[in-house]
Amino acid sequence: MSEIVKKRVIDKKFVTILESTPNSSKIWIASLVLIILVGLYAFILQVLHGHEVTGMRDNVVWGVYIINFIFFVGISYSGAFISGILHFFDTPWKNAVSRIVEIITVLSLIIGPIFILLCIGRLDRLHYLFLYPRIQSPITWDIIAIMTDLVGCFIYLYLTFIPDFAILRDDEKLDVAPWRKKVYRFLAMNYQDTPEQKAILKKITRTMSAMIIAMAIVAYTVLAWIFSLTLQPGWNSSIFAPYFIIAGLYSGVGVIIICMFAVRKFFKLDLYIRKVHFIGAGVILLVLAMLYGYFTFSEYFPRWFSHKKNDVQLLDTLFSTYFWEFILANYIGVLVPVMILFFKRFRTINFITFAAVIAVLGLWLNRYLIVIPTLETPYLPIQDTRPEFIHYTATWIEWALSAAGIASFCLFFTLLVRFVPIIPVSELVESAQKSKIKVDQKRK
Amino acid sequence: MKNKNTEKKDNNRRKFLQLGLLSGVSAIAGTTLVSNLSQDTEEEKKAVSGEMTKVLTPDGKLVEIPVESLNHYPEAHVSTKEARKGIPNRKFVMVIDLAKCKNARKCVEACQKGHNLDYNEEFMKVQLIQDNEQASPYWFPKPCFHCEEPPCVTVCPTGATFKREDNIVLIDNERCIGCKFCVTSCPYSARQFNWGHKDKFDNKEQAYSPETQLPASEGTVMKCDFCPDLLRAGELPYCAKSCPMGVIYFGDKNEDIVTNGEETVRFSELINDRGGYRHLEHLGTKPNVYYLPAVNRQFPLERGFNIDEDVIERYKKVPYVQDLKKKGKL
Repeated sequence: MSEIVKKRVIDKKFVTILESTPNSSKIWIASLVLIILVGLYAFILQVLHGHEVTGMRDNVVWGVYIINFIFFVGISYSGAFISGILHFFDTPWKNAVSRIVEIITVLSLIIGPIFILLCIGRLDRLHYLFLYPRIQSPITWDIIAIMTDLVGCFIYLYLTFIPDFAILRDDEKLDVAPWRKKVYRFLAMNYQDTPEQKAILKKITRTMSAMIIAMAIVAYTVLAWIFSLTLQPGWNSSIFAPYFIIAGLYSGVGVIIICMFAVRKFFKLDLYIRKVHFIGAGVILLVLAMLYGYFTFSEYFPRWFSHKKNDVQLLDTLFSTYFWEFILANYIGVLVPVMILFFKRFRTINFITFAAVIAVLGLWLNRYLIVIPTLETPYLPIQDTRPEFIHYTATWIEWALSAAGIASFCLFFTLLVRFVPIIPVSELVESAQKSKIKVDQKRK
Repeated sequence: MKNKNTEKKDNNRRKFLQLGLLSGVSAIAGTTLVSNLSQDTEEEKKAVSGEMTKVLTPDGKLVEIPVESLNHYPEAHVSTKEARKGIPNRKFVMVIDLAKCKNARKCVEACQKGHNLDYNEEFMKVQLIQDNEQASPYWFPKPCFHCEEPPCVTVCPTGATFKREDNIVLIDNERCIGCKFCVTSCPYSARQFNWGHKDKFDNKEQAYSPETQLPASEGTVMKCDFCPDLLRAGELPYCAKSCPMGVIYFGDKNEDIVTNGEETVRFSELINDRGGYRHLEHLGTKPNVYYLPAVNRQFPLERGFNIDEDVIERYKKVPYVQDLKKKGKL
């Protein structure tokens, strides 16, 4: 027993992250809070003056908000998927990234649906969704799927945290505020790391990891259906669900790489998050980039080839008004990451992160091009004289709220990193034990 | 309708229904006939207490009437619950004769007036359509199609928009949460959203009914409603009533009759004989608005440009209009 207790102490590296908040971090947090406050102001303006303050009008009734919604839920979905796979197959290099992935999953799953709320004209009637639900509506399916997914992800994330909370509780040297100790004690749920508890926890985590993969697929499929079940020329596509899933994975892996890079740089965790992890993630990104490119091609090529009238109208808009956006999203956003990741000598940490940034930005633009141009080219061409009814341009309010969404993602990420070890310390202890056993066996 | 009522002088109740309405809430007088007809006999059976009260008639006379004859305002009002059922045994249809339309825009204006809409808010839109480059363009009045299988109703998460037995698709703006899914799912762009607050929304003189869509409300959806309040009163919708060319026929599929106010014809014969069709039939929404093709046109298209400069601008992308502009005819 005493041996176990001895080992259940956190590495010094993490102790400093958990114990102190340096000035640079305080400035970072303050600027994030500022961005969120601006967003809050924009939100108040939107509530007071109605959706008139946005760039949305009768033809383009969904704008940047819904794009952010799909984007964040996509990241979350892919986080759940990847984390599930890491745990389910007990991947050797999961330690370095699994916590980052799990945090990304839950944070984006909280922030995503906030954007859909911004899109709703009567927030005061939100409870009508539960008072007068109609099961026929894909929105109802979406609510059920996302809520289930959210609960599932929370449970899963919590399960993976329990051993760490126990260590944080037991480590007497850890110098943090007494309330935090209390919280750790409460959250650890009397976990003592006995073999029996370990076995149970492992079993539940494994089951949950399989379940959240399934839930994430369902949730993102239903989300894709919000578009593909309508009759709109650009949306009514049978490949939308798998296309969205691949696209979500693509952006998700991109965000994971960016977060890995930021955490490694900022907390100097070079020893834990190593090049091999970036190369691993980079190769996955490469495969996804090719798949995503393939799906994008499969989506647009038949439209162009069969040239139905309304498809042609849509493609005309895409290649005139949105020419550069289309090039950036669907050429640069696919080809540049592929080029970087394909050649071994480009597979450095910086290059891989650059490819990830391009992938994420390209994918956001791709979502924009799926939502907006379609709404701008309805079956009956828009005949209107008011420019804002013909062409959608997001207002500063929408951008401020989008920035606030990204800022709150970063803020909560930063705060969580300060609250729990970003690398699951319990797993490190365990793998250290395992390797020690191996060494012992060899010696014998 | 008002005249009909006052003519029947022997019928106290009818008369005072009118009186009550006008002296109380003047604006609502139009909506009562059909719904009241069915209730008349029952109400007349009620015992007369003999208590009298004084009311002011429309022409300024003070008269004494039995209290029981007083019509209290809510009777004219069709509640949301009633509005969801629809008018029994009716299947409303509209037929629009494209050959006769000259873009006089009277339908648009009457509709806007009737529904208290602003200049740019149009339930009825007149679009300029050119099917192909060879075909001559035509004016295309486009209301809501009140589809047999309305995609907007399917996707609504709260049941705020609904399909009634009498074919009409309405919106209950007290139920609508403003998710706009119905707007994106309508392939005909028939729906509009109230993006900001307007003073007219505060006008609570008239109690809200989905049948009138008045008063409208911020953050909710609205659209062409086939004017069920007028239908209950035995009148044609505003657009059909106001069209000077008799373009818009309206009627009941059950009775197989449609009328544009001047001539009344068999619906089935009209569609059969004149090649009636529905817009974007291939989408499978089964509209209840039929079109008669723009053949043997009664007016040259140019006549339709005798309208606001601002409205002409809408059609600038139509090849024909660009041609006209090049030739300096516009």
